[in-house]
Amino acid sequence: MRANNVLGIIYSNSYDSVLPELTPLRAMGSVPFAGRYRLIDFPLSNMVNCGITNVGVITKGNYRSLMDHVGSGKAWDLSRKRDGLFVIPPFSDSAFGGEQFRSRIEALHSAIGFIERSKAEYVLMCDSNVVCNMDFGDLIKYHSDKGADITLVYKYEQAPKIPGILTFALDASGRVSNEELCRCGITCAAHSLNIFLLRKSLLERLLNDAVCLGYKDFDQDIIASNVENLKIFGYECDSYARTIDSLQTYYEINMDLLQPDQKDALFAPDRPVFTKVHDDMPSVYSHSSNVKNSLIADGCKIEGQVENCVFFRRVNVGRGAKLKNCVIMQDTFIGEGADLNCVITDKNAVIKPDKVLSGDKNYPFFLGKGIVI
Amino acid sequence: MRKKTECLAMLLAGGQGSRLGVLTQNIAKPAVPYGGKYRIIDFPLSNCVNSGIETVGVLTQYEPLELNAYIGNGQAWDLDRINGGVHILSPYQQISGTEWYKGTANAIYQNIPFIERYNPEYVAVLSGDHIYKMDYAKMLTFHKERSADCTIAMLEVPWEEASRFGLMILNDDNSIAEFEEKPEKPSSNKASMGVYIFTWEKLKAYLLADEADPDSDNDFGKNLIPAMHQAGERLFAYPFEGYWKDVGTIDSLWEANLDLLNPGVDLDLSDDNWRIYSNNPANTPHYIGPNALVENSMIAGGCRVEGKLDYSILFADVIVEEGAKVEYSIVMPGTRIEAGAVVRYSIVAENALIRRGAQVGDLPENYPDRDLWGVAVVGDGLVVEKNARVKPKEMLENKIKEGQE
Repeated sequence: MRANNVLGIIYSNSYDSVLPELTPLRAMGSVPFAGRYRLIDFPLSNMVNCGITNVGVITKGNYRSLMDHVGSGKAWDLSRKRDGLFVIPPFSDSAFGGEQFRSRIEALHSAIGFIERSKAEYVLMCDSNVVCNMDFGDLIKYHSDKGADITLVYKYEQAPKIPGILTFALDASGRVSNEELCRCGITCAAHSLNIFLLRKSLLERLLNDAVCLGYKDFDQDIIASNVENLKIFGYECDSYARTIDSLQTYYEINMDLLQPDQKDALFAPDRPVFTKVHDDMPSVYSHSSNVKNSLIADGCKIEGQVENCVFFRRVNVGRGAKLKNCVIMQDTFIGEGADLNCVITDKNAVIKPDKVLSGDKNYPFFLGKGIVI
Repeated sequence: MRKKTECLAMLLAGGQGSRLGVLTQNIAKPAVPYGGKYRIIDFPLSNCVNSGIETVGVLTQYEPLELNAYIGNGQAWDLDRINGGVHILSPYQQISGTEWYKGTANAIYQNIPFIERYNPEYVAVLSGDHIYKMDYAKMLTFHKERSADCTIAMLEVPWEEASRFGLMILNDDNSIAEFEEKPEKPSSNKASMGVYIFTWEKLKAYLLADEADPDSDNDFGKNLIPAMHQAGERLFAYPFEGYWKDVGTIDSLWEANLDLLNPGVDLDLSDDNWRIYSNNPANTPHYIGPNALVENSMIAGGCRVEGKLDYSILFADVIVEEGAKVEYSIVMPGTRIEAGAVVRYSIVAENALIRRGAQVGDLPENYPDRDLWGVAVVGDGLVVEKNARVKPKEMLENKIKEGQE
């Protein structure tokens, strides 16, 4: 199976509700991450790196910032004459009473026109709240080697705290077995990363059936209920993959990138992560700056003390300011002598001189977009 | 007929920049990296776009591979256009024979057909060797207001440096009375910046005449402009104020880079209204390690700094290991400086490897005879082996062995 025979579908709004702090103004896919990225960069780059040339991005609400970010798809080499990147705006589907979609099944059905038009034989679907860097080429090969109907990617570890996330058992051949699909629990389990690969014609048939029967839940009504009828295989993701299920995990995953091995695993040199290019100057450190163990994007001006922080673009830290364990998004201004510990600031926040803000590692303090303190 | 273009730019990018030695061994001077993420050519190209000049011919001749790859279709500067955009113009074979660009004027002469395709009113001729931010639109307005035939951008330089430049002596109305080319005793401090705007009709006539003259060197400064002056054409000098630097030598390239760390220098690259665009690779934010010490420095994406850094500029993907020291230096993309290595007052080109304990460059204080001291340069892809030493002012072109000087 050639990768350009695969159509990519990305849900830009997957599980928006688990990150209420960052998603009222934007879709999950355009949540800023790791200093210069947006979450959608990861599934998009994974697809492009394995040779997929046709990608549809399903949107629902608040997708302006997402559109701004992906643009024509040029940054991912997806601005093309043939195929390329398609942002699929929300569609009032007559199949569910002219409403916008409410579930994964309905979302896919809204995009059925786009899916049907594609000449690809297979469809690969990803969510935006899963940060991973994996070789989809291996997944595609596995799928055809096993002669699978559906392959879903899983990780064997503690399942994220997202209601209804699919966890399951596998038999010796790697097939998702008929045994009780586990409940999301405390113990380690094979849990779905919501990355699915299947034949396009099968997806179309399953979707049409599901909509006719009024099914809503992709995991339960399409995957779980077909474990016997279809050959559903699990593919273990052995590279970096983390699922964002709350502001707390969002914070932890950003912080974990300060460990070089974690950063190197996510940003594997042979599978680069592409993102929209900005033309900021390199970051400047002044005489009074003292920066330790931090990840700093372009365009920052740092005159204060910074330790264990992730800085996005154009962050300004005044003289004598102290920041520890913070995630500071782009265009944040931190006044002289301010003292911040375990703080997440959204874009354009202003912290006036000598202010003291502190959260805890287990409960970071969040400052919304454009807030002035 | 094609829509008329008001002004197009011809960017002279064929220069070897021989005084940059090993740095321009495989690349043309305009492709030399500058300021952490830029190349010299980003400045004139960005100036063009920001000034509303959307048709740019880039004249290449010496080692064009890197430059061609860098410019690509011009997308990074918004110069991938339906009409116009950026075009790489190399010498080509003609029915009358094949020749290289013999001089700056000849390079434009050979591309008259390119210019005529766009039917311009004015042509800007720019050199691709300088770092500056300039609004060519203002200069064009100046040119039009005076019904000039040629306008030359002019900068007042310190008197003690004036003898290094092509100088102009002006009348009260800013028209040019006289030229002086690098005189020993300058009578003016008004230097030409290598930025010209011509009325195309006039320029074309003089290009044809210049080409017909067998004694001409086909150079703008030496032949064509003096010829225009002698014939009594309207030549004006456009006064420019702001940062402008010719980065033609190792010392000036080093200085121009470190100027970015000096808040007193009038070159703001973070100005949103006059962005300097560049063609950037996909790299992560840079990482500063737990024991690093970074002061007065500029760091680009993809770097990993665990050592000590002071008054230095790191380009993309540079690694400075723990215990390494980099001071007053420019380190170009992809270079690795291992633990215990010391790099001072140096320019290290792309993808070099400075091994443990090696020493590149030295402090000027250690050289009472200042003539022996200067910026050290390590060429691209070279390895400076363990405990080896690259002396100040030295320009390393070949690999050196362990412990060698």
